[in-house]
Amino acid sequence: MSTTTGASPTSKEIVPIPAATVRFAGDSGDGMQLAGTQLTTTSALAGNDVATFPDYPAEIRAPRGTLAGVSGFQIHFASTDIFTPGDHLDALVAMNPAALKTNLADLRKGGILVVDEDAFNKKGLEKAGYEQNPLNDLALEEEYQLFKVPITTLTRGAVEDSGITSQKDADRCRNFLAMGLIFWLYGRSLEPTLRFIETKFKGKETIIKANTAALTTGRNYGETTDAFKSSYQVNKADLEPGHYRNIQGNTALAIGCVTAAKLSGKELFLGSYPITPASTILEELNKYKHFGVRTFQAEDEIAAVCSTIGAAFGGAMAMTTSSGPGIALKGEAIGLGMILELPMLIVNIQRGGPSTGLPTKTEQSDLFQCMYGRNGESPLPLIAPRSPSDCFYAAQEAWRIATKYMVPVMLLSDGYIANGSEPWKIPDVADLESFTIDHPPAAKEGDPPFMPYSRDENLARPWALPGTPGLMHRIGGLEKQDQTGNVSYDPQNHQNMIETRARKVAKVAESIPQQEVLGETSGDLLVLGWGGTYGACVTATRQAQERGLKVSHAHLRWISPFPSNLKSLLESFDKVLIPELNMGQLRTIIASEFLCDAIGLNKVQGKPFAVQEILDKIIEAVG
Amino acid sequence: MSTELPVLKASDFASDQDIRWCPGCGDYSILAQMKKVMPTLGVPQENIVFISGIGCSSRFPYYMNTYGMHSIHGRAPAFATGLKASRPELMVWVITGDGDGLSIGGNHLMHAIRRNLDVNIVLFNNRIYGLTKGQYSPTSPLGKVTKTSPMGAIDNPLHPLSIAIGCEASFVARSIDVNIKHLGATLKRAAEHKGTSFIEVYQNCNVFNDGAWKYATDKATKSDTTLELEHGKPLIFGKDRDKGIRLNGLVPEVVDLGKGISEDDLLFHDEKAEEPSLAYLLTRMRNPDFPEPIGVFRAVDRPMYDEELNGQVERARETKGEGKLEDMFTAGETWTVG
Repeated sequence: MSTTTGASPTSKEIVPIPAATVRFAGDSGDGMQLAGTQLTTTSALAGNDVATFPDYPAEIRAPRGTLAGVSGFQIHFASTDIFTPGDHLDALVAMNPAALKTNLADLRKGGILVVDEDAFNKKGLEKAGYEQNPLNDLALEEEYQLFKVPITTLTRGAVEDSGITSQKDADRCRNFLAMGLIFWLYGRSLEPTLRFIETKFKGKETIIKANTAALTTGRNYGETTDAFKSSYQVNKADLEPGHYRNIQGNTALAIGCVTAAKLSGKELFLGSYPITPASTILEELNKYKHFGVRTFQAEDEIAAVCSTIGAAFGGAMAMTTSSGPGIALKGEAIGLGMILELPMLIVNIQRGGPSTGLPTKTEQSDLFQCMYGRNGESPLPLIAPRSPSDCFYAAQEAWRIATKYMVPVMLLSDGYIANGSEPWKIPDVADLESFTIDHPPAAKEGDPPFMPYSRDENLARPWALPGTPGLMHRIGGLEKQDQTGNVSYDPQNHQNMIETRARKVAKVAESIPQQEVLGETSGDLLVLGWGGTYGACVTATRQAQERGLKVSHAHLRWISPFPSNLKSLLESFDKVLIPELNMGQLRTIIASEFLCDAIGLNKVQGKPFAVQEILDKIIEAVG
Repeated sequence: MSTELPVLKASDFASDQDIRWCPGCGDYSILAQMKKVMPTLGVPQENIVFISGIGCSSRFPYYMNTYGMHSIHGRAPAFATGLKASRPELMVWVITGDGDGLSIGGNHLMHAIRRNLDVNIVLFNNRIYGLTKGQYSPTSPLGKVTKTSPMGAIDNPLHPLSIAIGCEASFVARSIDVNIKHLGATLKRAAEHKGTSFIEVYQNCNVFNDGAWKYATDKATKSDTTLELEHGKPLIFGKDRDKGIRLNGLVPEVVDLGKGISEDDLLFHDEKAEEPSLAYLLTRMRNPDFPEPIGVFRAVDRPMYDEELNGQVERARETKGEGKLEDMFTAGETWTVG
């Protein structure tokens, strides 16, 4: 559906601004993710560039009103190209005292602070651990533009005529009232959200009426009360012409995989076990059965990867999805996939570790695990997408490599990319390149015996499928004899096979692009990043360049193998800075591979980098 | 598929690999019967796949001239699930053992059975870990003295068929390695069943647990210690077929025929009973109190996972039409720039 929407009319002053960062924060039952998603959609439809950052607790419903139960959704919308959800908030909506307490530090001085003053009652304040009502603190009004809005009272009044009888149900519309107010504040159209309400609550007239009433009341409150003197306008961004949709990383990954299957004439098989933050891929792929997608919700992580290997043996485009703890369980089977030399995708949506760690928070600390976390010598190619929409392309690239070289490919995303979203320029299907995958045909009378471990110029072995007459063969986890694939304990053969499998992964470098650089290809400092830190790295580098610093940025996509020009690139800079959301895993690999003594910027707080953090480090290094 | 299959012999199903089981191992007999059954199934040789885990029994696929995968410990049912789900036309056999299937792989066995995936699972039960040289297994009896249980095993043993029926298995059978005629017939029945066929085979490990099933295989005792199940027939056993099983309430009891007890008083076997309780009761008949039943305990029709999964794909295609990338890309709200 293609839509154009205008902003709501207002009689108050409109202040144009280039960008805004807004966060909705409330209890995990307050519908903050929904509010954020709706603001994202309406801003994207208004032509802004957008970047989002949902942040929610691991508990589905932590005790109501507590600090542990606070859920937030941050959105950055702009009239220019943006790459991150923003370092500081221009506006914060706090639905209760706990949300204020946990989020206020991120609001910039002078920023807009909207609170539901009704929620700042004795009980709410106690739960958040406030001894005094912070709204009575004059400092709050001095530091921020504080708007004390009786959101609960207004919502209850708004939904009175909708047929909602219980106060609890009425209060569930509070997020729509808050949305309405913020939509007014930024001149956003209500239309997309009204359409959403109609579709989402189809058949539930009372709820449709109540949410609609809450939304419009919120908008009208902004327009009619004197408290708000002006609203803001963020103009359209200068995006590349085309057809767009807003997309989350995991959705992009899922449809990228369906696309890869279609382009290669395969049907997709996903073996997966639910785990945060990867589950949404399993959910998303269930929508595409009419593409021949078969999803298997396995009994555990091990069954998930083993079923994937079984499907790969049978000739499907097979994949498994998980997060760190699940990848740990899959380790033995991934090693089998490697020695069987069957193509498949192993997707790790990283979260905070170790152990159960921080399931809903982001981190990049599974790089070592995915590079080395298997017994024996078992190298695998590894690709890391850099942004939500990039997941679409990374999935396809991974599958091309997997089938060209007959090897499982590790795809390493993270919670930040998986749940974050950005506008995605929808590709023209005609521009997508299809590719064929060869399977050896049935053996004919007089053919020499079939050699399942013979190799082509890429060192790939033939992918002979069960059902093919005359090619019956057995594969397994015991070391194989070169060519025949029979079990072999021969010492020289073992050496040869291990070296061959490693050489094959190294050869992948011939099929991946040279490392691109933002800025000059030599200089004082190279910011070398990978994965989800892309937005912060590129923004910080640009800001450093604007200050006249000789800084460039390279963002790795393939980490195993590295692009073949990486060595010379690293040598062309005086210093290399590697920002990572871990304790220096890429830095260690780069050091061992290239003897490069890079500077680390390491953060493990369950949060993405702020641009400022990287910029500060750049300045410290070369400023 | 061609309707005229080449006429094959058992030897056509032998691979070119040397068999490396210990001389005298019960596995040889099972392999021989399997090769004999294969040509009788009407399935093209190239459409047959054997998948195993780890253990002595799991070397089985290497010795069959079919497609095969020797996977990792305990996980064979999971590999079979992925293969069968995406290639339902293949005939898939899972070869496992008491350690592989019930210990490390218990979870996968349970779930494959409850899903009723259309595969045949043959569990070689020798009540010992053979490949690792003689530690007690989950089917070793209490008190079993092994290297890891020098004072006797204290783990209450599992009974494979009780577990299978607890998982709502649609086909459950038992046979014995040396009872080759019965074994061959049982494998064939299993192959013909649609849905998960679960077969326990009493298998002798003559190196680490010799004689574990002696009571069931000795000529002198076997007619008193085993009972061959036949659908619709009363449960009769004994050398002179003069003993039977009667139900006393919910408890089976051994009775002597004659002396006022006729065949009509006995429990009649019904492998097609929807309710699995009687089949379960049969799995609880254990030596030395009861003769142990061999044959088919249960054979009922139930929806199969692979068929259901592929049915959903088919239905989705019928209702939505073959998926188009354009439609997938443009789902939800979209907008145009420029």
